[in-house]
Amino acid sequence: MSEHGYDHGAEDSYEGGFEDGNALAGPLSEVFAVDVASAVGCCTGCGTTGPVAQLRVYGPGPGLVARCPQCGQVVLRWVRGDESAWLDLRGTVSLRFRLDADR
Amino acid sequence: MARAAVSGRLAERLRWRVATLVGQREETPSTRTLVLDVPGWPGHLAGQHVDVRLTAEDGYSTQRSYSIASAPDGALLELTVQRVSDGEVSPYLANELLDGDLLELRGPVGGWFVWQPEQSEPVLLVAGGSGIVPLMAMIRARRQMQMQLGPLAPFRLLYSVRTPADRMYLAELQSPDPGLDVTFLYTREVPEGWPRFPKRLTEADLAAVAWPPSANATTYVCGPTPFVEHAADLLVALGQAPDRIRTERFGPTGG
Repeated sequence: MSEHGYDHGAEDSYEGGFEDGNALAGPLSEVFAVDVASAVGCCTGCGTTGPVAQLRVYGPGPGLVARCPQCGQVVLRWVRGDESAWLDLRGTVSLRFRLDADR
Repeated sequence: MARAAVSGRLAERLRWRVATLVGQREETPSTRTLVLDVPGWPGHLAGQHVDVRLTAEDGYSTQRSYSIASAPDGALLELTVQRVSDGEVSPYLANELLDGDLLELRGPVGGWFVWQPEQSEPVLLVAGGSGIVPLMAMIRARRQMQMQLGPLAPFRLLYSVRTPADRMYLAELQSPDPGLDVTFLYTREVPEGWPRFPKRLTEADLAAVAWPPSANATTYVCGPTPFVEHAADLLVALGQAPDRIRTERFGPTGG
């Protein structure tokens, strides 16, 4: 657990277990105005597309690491510090967000 | 406000809110429902969760996600917490809180693992242990909307627990609820006279409740990661389309 006190989900996710991208919804709501878990992402490793909610999420310390469920590529990383946050999208080709037509 | 959540666009960025505990209910020996009054709560969809943040006097802070158990249109927010004996947060939430205590929470979050009353397809819910919580919110939402709108799409629930004593919301699940079928599975210990030996979920268990692939049903699976992986694999083997299966996993302890 980081001294910043950022801790999300189960302790056992340190030990080989994982959660899924649903767990990213809260942390990423700090910077996104839309729900990221329901956005459809495309993986740079294998080209698979699917909702962010279905990524495998490892963490919580020192940050959250989201991997492609198909090929294991690191799709997204999120680290929250005391006064800033890092979002690393190196494994993401794109994120497609569904938005209202009238906005 | 509900409409904003439906589209995934939030009216404003989420912030931490202070909730007041106004009631508690023991669901099973290891689970407790916390009833919270959250001023300014924007409403939620069935299946969404909140992040709860606890801060110690020395400033150390930690947070956990908990699924919302209550239906969207209730005035109060309900979370059901499983007590994990070596967990850092759950023993506090499940043992130590007193009515009137304050909790910091952020939400609702998660727009993918949700059920909305506009969905007209049949639904299969598959719960492992405390994975029942967001699925219960869906059952409650359906029941409430059905009272207003008339019959909605049918639900089937397959609920896997270790022992009969681990069944949460038992009285409610055993009450008549038109269009809801409930099947229990036991993995360690069964009620007296129960025809199935205690064992983990099998393909036959799922085949007995799965909607035919032609029904275009949506399946929601929630539970510990190994349970969800296993159930999702079996569902695909049974011919369910992977993109009709929505899953939510939690870590083995839940903390």
